[in-house]
Order: sequence, then C-alpha cells, then structure tokens
Amino acid sequence: MTTTKSKPAADLGAHLAACESFAASTAGHEWLRTLRRNGVTHFTELGFPTTKLEDWIYCNVAPITKLAFKPAASADASVTAKQLSPFAFPDWTGSRLVFVNGHFSPALSSLPAPQKGVTVTNLAAALASGDALLQSHLAHHASVDGSGFSALNTAFIADGAFIALTPNAVAAEPIHLLFVSAPGDAANTAQPRNLIVAGTNSSAKVVEHYVSLGGAAHFTNAVTEIVVGEGANIEHAKFQEENLEAFHIATVQATLARDSRFLSHSISTGARLARHNINLVMTGQGVDCVMNGLYAVGGKQLVDHHTVADHAQPHCGSHEFYHGILSGSSRGVFNGKIFVRKDAQKTDAKQTSRNLLLTDTATVNSKPQLEILADDVKCTHGATVGQLNDEALFYCRTRGIAEVNARRLLTHAFASEIVNRITVEPVREHLEQVLWARLEELIEKK
Amino acid sequence: MNPPLIEIKNLSAGINGKQILKGISLTVRPGEVHAIMGPNGSGKSTLGYVLAGRKGYDVTGGSVTYDGKDLIELSPENRAREGLFLAFQYPVEIPGVNNTYFLRAAYNEQRKHRKLEEVDAVDFLAIVRQKMKLLELPEAMLKRAVNEGFSGGEKKRNEIFQMAVLDPKLAVLDETDSGLDIDALRIVAEGVNKLKRPDNAAIVITHYQRLLNYIVPDFVHVLWNGQIIKSGGKELALELEEKGYDWLIGKNSK
Ligand SMILES: Nc1ncnc2c1ncn2[C@@H]1O[C@H](COP(=O)(O)OP(=O)(O)OP(=O)(O)O)[C@@H](O)[C@H]1O
Ligand SMILES: [Mg+2]
Repeated sequence: MTTTKSKPAADLGAHLAACESFAASTAGHEWLRTLRRNGVTHFTELGFPTTKLEDWIYCNVAPITKLAFKPAASADASVTAKQLSPFAFPDWTGSRLVFVNGHFSPALSSLPAPQKGVTVTNLAAALASGDALLQSHLAHHASVDGSGFSALNTAFIADGAFIALTPNAVAAEPIHLLFVSAPGDAANTAQPRNLIVAGTNSSAKVVEHYVSLGGAAHFTNAVTEIVVGEGANIEHAKFQEENLEAFHIATVQATLARDSRFLSHSISTGARLARHNINLVMTGQGVDCVMNGLYAVGGKQLVDHHTVADHAQPHCGSHEFYHGILSGSSRGVFNGKIFVRKDAQKTDAKQTSRNLLLTDTATVNSKPQLEILADDVKCTHGATVGQLNDEALFYCRTRGIAEVNARRLLTHAFASEIVNRITVEPVREHLEQVLWARLEELIEKK
Repeated sequence: MNPPLIEIKNLSAGINGKQILKGISLTVRPGEVHAIMGPNGSGKSTLGYVLAGRKGYDVTGGSVTYDGKDLIELSPENRAREGLFLAFQYPVEIPGVNNTYFLRAAYNEQRKHRKLEEVDAVDFLAIVRQKMKLLELPEAMLKRAVNEGFSGGEKKRNEIFQMAVLDPKLAVLDETDSGLDIDALRIVAEGVNKLKRPDNAAIVITHYQRLLNYIVPDFVHVLWNGQIIKSGGKELALELEEKGYDWLIGKNSK
C-alpha cells in the first residue's frame, strides 16, 4: 500500500505537548512505550491529513485540528447506567463493555460469564496482566504511518476492548462494546484502541457502538485491529450514532487468514464528520468476506467510507454492499479499493455502492478503485446515485399506498437491505428503531 | 342493465408526448369479463397504465368514468382505494420490503379510505393464509421481499394473490398468463374465477386464447395501433387463434 506523506498543515503544538505529557505520566512495558513513541514520531511527521492528499480530497479535517485537544485520562465517573438505556439492544442477553471517553468503566459494564478459551476484557487490564498476544499483535496490523490519525491513536494507546479466542472457541453470546462520550467539557477526545484475536476455527460476533451523551463537539479517534485465524468466523458490526457536532475518525483493520469468514458492517448516522477506514487483507487462500455498509445523513454532515479489499492470495471472495441516504446539504463519500495481487488468481470481488439523494443539495462522491494484477479474476463494481425508483413508487401507489408513505417505505427498504445482513437480531431491532427515526427526520427536514 | 362500472369514451393518451391510444371506447358493467387482445405494441399495457394513473401517461382526449367518478382526476392511490386494481405485466421488485408487510400497508390504507378499521398483523395473517390456499402459494412467499428474486410465474401469482387480498371492484390483468406453465395457469385462472362476483368485473389482457378457456370472457376486443378495431363474443378469441390478426389489420389499414 502506498502512503503519501504531507507537510503537517496545522499547528501540532498542543497535540504534541499532550503526547509528551501522556508519555511521561503513563507507565507500561518497554515495548509499549516504544510503540507509543513510534506513534508520536509518525504523528509529528504526518500531522493531520489535508485535502491535498488523494485519500482525503473530500474529507476536510481542519475543524478537528481547531478543536481543543483534551484527551480523557480516565472514564468519567459521573455517567450513570440510566443514561445508557437508549443504547441498549432490546432483549440483550450478551455482555456489554462500556467505555467512557475511551476508558473502560467496570461499574457500567457487564462482562460475559467466564467461558473457556474466550477472553473478553479491556486493553488496560490485559496490558496489566501481561497477555502475550498484545505484544505480538498490537499495532502490527494497522500501520502507524497510514495517516496521522492512527499514529495519534497509537501515541495514546491505553484502553479499549481486548477479545481473544483460542482455537475452536466459540463465543457463546455476541459482545457489545459501547463507546460513550460523556457530557461536560473536562475531556473531549476519546482514542480507544481495540484488539480482537480469533484463533483457528474460532468464532464470535462483536458490535462496536459509538454514542454521545451530550450535544457538544467531541472527537473520537478509534483504531480496531482484528486478526482472524484460519477457518475462523467473525462478524464485526460498527454502529456510529454520535451527536451532530462530533468528529469521528476510525480505522478497522482486519487480517484474514486462510479459509476464514469475515462479515463487516458499518452503519453511520451520526457525527458532523465521520471517516471510516475499513481495510481487509486476505493473507491466505479461500477467505470469504463481506463489507456491508449504510449511512443516513442530513444537514451539513459529512460521512466518508474508505474501504480496502486486499486480495493478496488466490481463491478469495470479497463482496461489498454500501448504501447511502442523504438529505439536506450533506455529503457522502465512498471510496472502495480492490487490490488483486499478482498471484491472487480466481479472485471473486464484487462491489456495489448505491446512493439515494433526498434533496438537490446533497452530494455523493462514489469511486471504485480497482488495481488488478492477476489475470484470471472476476471483479465487478457498480455505483448509482439518484432518487427513488419511479416504477416502484408507482407500484406501491397502485396498491393504495399514499405517495408519501410509499417514499417512506422505499427509503426504509433501501436501508433494510443492509441492516438485514446483520445476523444479531437485537442489534437489527435497535438499528431499525434508530434508523426509522433518523429517516423520518431526513425525509421531513429535507 | 346494470349501470357501467367503468365507461371509457373516445380515450386518447400518449407517453411523454408520443400518441399511443387513439380514441378508445369501452364500457364494462359489474359481473362482466372483457378480454383485450392485440399484437405487440398495440397499446394494451398503455391502456392499463393510463387507467392506473401512471406518471408520464397523459390523457389527451376523451373521458373515463369509473363508478360514477372522473377517474382521470384521481391519484393512483385513490383509484386503488376506490377498487381499481392493475396486475402488472412486469411486476416490480421491491427489495427490502417484506411481502406481507407491504400488502398489509396497502390493505390498511384502503380500509382507512373506506372508513373501516385497520387490521392488525395477527388478523391480517389469517386473511392472507386463506387467500394463499386459494392460489396454492407456498407460505415462504410471505416472508420474502416483494417480487425480489421471484420467478416470472411466481411474480404473476403474487399479483393475483394481492388482488385476492385487496378484493377490487375492477381488476385489469395485464398478461397475467404469460410466464405461467399450464398448471400455474389453471390455478391462477381458477383463483380469478373464484373471486368473480356479480358486483365486480375484470379486463383481461392476453395474447392467448388458452387463458380464455379458463376465464371465459363476455366480450373480446382487438386493440391495434391504439384503437379497438373489432369487438365480439368469446368466439372472436377462437377466430383470432386460428387466423391471427392480419385479416383484421389488413381490413383496417385500408
Ligand atoms: N416509455 C415509453 N416511451 C415511448 N413509447 C413507449 C413507452 N412505453 C411504450 N411505448 C410504446 O407504446 C406502444 C404501446 O406499447 P404497450 O406496451 O402499450 O404495448 P402492448 O400492447 O402492451 O404490447 P405487448 O403485447 O408487447 O405487451 C409501443 O409502440 C411502445 O413502443
Ligand atoms: Mg403489454
């Protein structure tokens, strides 16, 4: 993968000072301190990306650089369980790990019943207990030099979720990771670092969920690394419903070993600016992965998905489905890269990006990016941007459904096509509710 | 004689400015079945769409009185709520919308219009089950998205299933028989016949006499080049089957 270096455009003084004081005040193993130091070095060099960089053309992060940088040092203790009730999934029997401003809150969390071969904990605890997997995986998958944001996150590695499955372990229940931004202005920046390591033939379902309690601007800078072992089966759903002043930058980096299955969902309704990097690297043959995504935005929101399906080995399949619903003068960006490396024969890569514009002032930039070096491959991609299908609208109306209801129904259906791929029913139900309300807003306020 | 359910008088209509229907007159009374036949491109589906109120299909002359009302003035949804049903030649796929959910939404909007109480999911399922038996449809069809991935025949059966549930006064069936194998054809035709009552009517568009062996029409009309060039009884369909359209068209183009 190529990375383009840029001259740091913004003044990084405050950020670097925060890095220094964090490094000075935080203990940790030597390897970890080196890792963080590495993050600082790269961040100093890269700074925040500017729109001159190809990958950031449509995503101007200048407002983030202007926001006061106040990373949280610990979980805000004033958050109560009651405040979190809107974010609970209906009839949830799985576990829930709550992170407030990026730091684990034991009081608000319910850990799963102990299960052999399944570790579900927070990163800080795992670091303290010296789990060997951390040193061998942390920051080995998401490159620190990819962008200033992952470098910055690495400089601040302290807490997040840590999930590990030994070979053949099957997590009994799905795992809900809830990342909460607390109200109040003591801290406004959360930089969770998550690591999921799934051993051979293991399986788990994980939901990464981002929410805000207050209405003020805050900044989430998250990095999640997922290591999917041979024959393992992981479903990872990310749902971002932060407040409309928030800035959300996140990377999901997954390394997929031979014959593994990986199902990725990214549902994004919140934040003033949301940038999701989802990078899947197939390092063994016979991998089957799906990238499924939905964004529903309005007003002046910007939502940007940059995805990568890196076919490094033959006989892998990647299937990507992204839907966008845009209202107001919101902007959507979808950039889907498919790399097919020289030896990756018999690759089957499919990508579709469909966007529904509810207003004339909403815009979308949708771009497939195919780099195919093997010759015996099947790669298809398609992108559409437009309004609701007239034929379908008419069909509904001939059955007696009023035009406005037909529009609702079809818009909702467009979202449901994506949501329905999530296999965890309570998550689907929660999403249905949130999305239905959000779509109503988008349709009405357009 | 019964007052007409629909009275089409000298109807002309075009699609985006292109003239397709050129003066059609047709009166259908309750209890009657009318068949419309005609070669490809003669305007049969256009007539169906004009009656259903599709955007872009503009009436340029004549009138349509339906159940005492000016049909052209009504929105497509109000036509449906007043009991007009069009079974599409090419039913539309609606991914992401559950078939049962869709049908209940339609059913309840129609009930509301008629000042009847809406029906909840449980009661609706009972109605739906009964109608499914009529058409020998598999239960799994209820759980799928509207027409998505349905075979040609399944789509047509789904149209008639919708019709059975919505119970229209006037049904326009646009080539419901095409794409059906002989067993499915028989099931669908028998379904249509069971739904027939003295107070409703049907306009059946078809290319084939075969369907009319099951759904026996009271009248057969031949549409060609946007006009009805011949009307007759059910024997006309047999004559067309035997001789094709050329003898009529030749006579007419003189
Ligand atoms: N959207 C359109 N714009 C312009 N012309 C159209 C459009 N749709 C149909 N037509 C034309 O209108 C005429 C009538 O078409 P229509 O579909 O009503 O025929 P039909 O009798 O139903 O044919 P078939 O037996 O093939 O179903 C044809 O000449 C067709 O090409
Ligand atoms: Mg036709």
